[in-house]
Amino acid sequence: MIKRKIEEIVFKILMYSAFITVLISFFIILFTILIKGIPSLNLKMITQTPKGGYYLGKEGGILNAITGSLILACSSTFLSMMISFPIAVFLNVYNKKKSRYVQVIRFSFDVLTGVPSIVYGALGLIVMYFFNLRASLLGGTIAVTLLILPLMCRGIDEVLQMTPKSLLESSYALGSTSLETSFKILLRQCYPGIITTILISFGRGIGDAASVLFTAGFSDNMPGNFLRPAATLPLAIFFQLTSPIKEVQSRAYAAAIILTMIILFISIMSRVISLRFEKYKIK
Amino acid sequence: MKNTRNLKDIIFKNLIKLLTNISILVLIGIFLSLIIKSAPILKEKSIIEILFSTKWQPFKKEFGLWTFIISTFYVTIFSLIISVPLCILSSVYLSEYCNKRIKIFFLSIIDILAGIPSVIYGIWGVIIIVPLIKNQIAPFFNASSNGYSLLAGAIVLSVMIFPIIIQITVQVMENVPRELREASIAIGATKWETIKFVVLKKAQPGIIASIIIATSRALGETIAVLMVVGNVIKIPKSVFDPAYPLPALIANNYGEMMSIPLYESAIMLSALILLIIVLAFNVLARIILIRIERKS
Amino acid sequence: MEQKSHIEAKKLNVYYGNNHVLKNINLQIPDKKITAIIGPSGCGKTTLLKSFNRMIDIFDEVKVTGEVLFDNENIYKKNIELTHVRKKMGLLLQRPFPLPMSIFDNVAYGPKIHGLKSKKKIRELVEFYLKETSLWNEVKDKLQAPATSLSIGQQQRLCLARGLAVEPEVILGDEPTSALDPIATRKIEEKFHQLKKDYTIVIVTHILRQAKRLADYVIFMYLGELIEAGPADKIFNEPEKELTKEYIKGLIS
Repeated sequence: MIKRKIEEIVFKILMYSAFITVLISFFIILFTILIKGIPSLNLKMITQTPKGGYYLGKEGGILNAITGSLILACSSTFLSMMISFPIAVFLNVYNKKKSRYVQVIRFSFDVLTGVPSIVYGALGLIVMYFFNLRASLLGGTIAVTLLILPLMCRGIDEVLQMTPKSLLESSYALGSTSLETSFKILLRQCYPGIITTILISFGRGIGDAASVLFTAGFSDNMPGNFLRPAATLPLAIFFQLTSPIKEVQSRAYAAAIILTMIILFISIMSRVISLRFEKYKIK
Repeated sequence: MKNTRNLKDIIFKNLIKLLTNISILVLIGIFLSLIIKSAPILKEKSIIEILFSTKWQPFKKEFGLWTFIISTFYVTIFSLIISVPLCILSSVYLSEYCNKRIKIFFLSIIDILAGIPSVIYGIWGVIIIVPLIKNQIAPFFNASSNGYSLLAGAIVLSVMIFPIIIQITVQVMENVPRELREASIAIGATKWETIKFVVLKKAQPGIIASIIIATSRALGETIAVLMVVGNVIKIPKSVFDPAYPLPALIANNYGEMMSIPLYESAIMLSALILLIIVLAFNVLARIILIRIERKS
Repeated sequence: MEQKSHIEAKKLNVYYGNNHVLKNINLQIPDKKITAIIGPSGCGKTTLLKSFNRMIDIFDEVKVTGEVLFDNENIYKKNIELTHVRKKMGLLLQRPFPLPMSIFDNVAYGPKIHGLKSKKKIRELVEFYLKETSLWNEVKDKLQAPATSLSIGQQQRLCLARGLAVEPEVILGDEPTSALDPIATRKIEEKFHQLKKDYTIVIVTHILRQAKRLADYVIFMYLGELIEAGPADKIFNEPEKELTKEYIKGLIS
């Protein structure tokens, strides 16, 4: 009896310490970024592009990377949204849940979400060769779109799957076609979930370094042309962190804190949305 | 009465059917072109030679990948050794012992952790973990290390896969029916015994699937590992030695590879090998998860 | 118009995968009457009801043989204008499912998709049907509020108004009061009594007393088979089949 008790106590202590370890590592990461980032953050940092080369120049900020990342993430999120919503509708409205076709597509997208981003980078490169593109904002957009497409497809698909079947029945019973049901009913019913999915995919797209490494390139200038290389936040961190010059390093830290803040903002937004915008939603 | 509404519906249906099929085909097409891109080097050398040779001298046309493959597996295995016990213990605590408030709070933190980009983990590794290994851990074991090491890569990776294992494990444990627990407690088992013999046993396939998914994530993780692992082309002999995993190889060589055709092909082949390994792990995990879903 | 809204099933069989859910059903639904489909749960009542407007199409692995005639036209034949068929049959579900939009739009949705553009006409229609379902006085000040803000009973009447607004000939109800409290139930039942002079109503119910209160005509189902069908008086007072007798007495349920 005593042995049983002791075993339970030992494991409880272990569990508790494991739990604390996980919690602490999260806060250490956050504090590291904050402590290093806050001193580096100033108005110049977010209003100027780097002066004298991003790896050597001591002056200037990371405006090029901020805009580059925002444009890149927005355009690839938009592109993959345009592809994944219709696909999710096709799977959920025009096909039956248990059909073999749907299961195969779902399985493929599930597996594709696990493909590493460096591989998507290589795949993006292949697409770029095919169209004779060089490292550019467009190239980066293609790679990131490939990266977040499976994620978004399955995300929206999951959201649509949660719709009660009876809601679809109600719509059909009024004589709506599937098309009308999809856009007038389903979209309305599911949009908090869809927005959450979009936000998550956006976060994934804006933060990924490996996929844009060889596809988007890097530039000291503001992004203006889709066919020219553009700077991105993750690469601004990656390239500038290893510089021996302190001022350059602080650009990396500033980029890190901005990126982290974007991610935190997205995370909180998606929570707020899914809580608040449920007034028309039927459970 | 033929009406335009039905016509629109039919047109839309066929359009999105086309779109779905094209997306899948395009993705398959890109994967196939990865094979085509890696074909040149396979014509020069046998796959066995490439996989198991440790000679990597691109300018002498030596493209042995073994050092990189073994580094990849070392980093992954060590990260799992750190991560799996921590995650399973935390998950048990979360789903069985702790109160609901703490649980919701903790799971939201885990959600955020899952969304943090890998460069951020990389910075953390460079600032905290690397000096820690250099100044504290390595001297403690009487080893010398500059900190950029297999261990640093493994620690950073282990934190990155926390969310994957914890999210799935907590979910499968919560799905264990209450009746089962009640039955066990009714026989006179303690709470811990119930967890050990009933809950964990029932949740085992799900936990295994979560570990496999985490493994495939770890195998493919690039930037964070690349930043702390040292990148020296030599098979590491201890955890304090630097390593050079496959994804880092791909990422580090993108600039140079254009000039030598075989070099490019070798890098594409590395991407293909990585892809095949990761896909295999993923397919396995998904099949386990689908099986669980069917049973319940 | 009078004889047209006539529903007739001929040798209707429905399978879910390997489950034979409806077995060789032959029946006729009388016009401008309330028909109640009764029987123990799992006997195929709902499936029968939903086969009338082909709503069972959206379920997994469904196979249908035989015919359902609506206006003497088999709705299971190819190239049928399905939206048109469904428009002619309003559907009330077990739980009200208001569409994810405002109260006004819920009623306006049907007429709008069927091509009504005039805003004035739409407004008149909405008011008319909300009055028809005695909802107008309760909601006239908050027409733009989300439909989910109504009580369950009000939601079900809203669903009825929404269904009536597309001018159906038939109303199908799948245990339409099972989620409602007794007062809300009575309101719906009263509506049915008023509506039967203009509509053919078919409801599924597992509450015998409700069938007695409402029905003019009764169909008794058991394990996927149609056991007995006839005028309510006859079924409740002098049923022919032994099974029907036992069910009416409450011996099987």
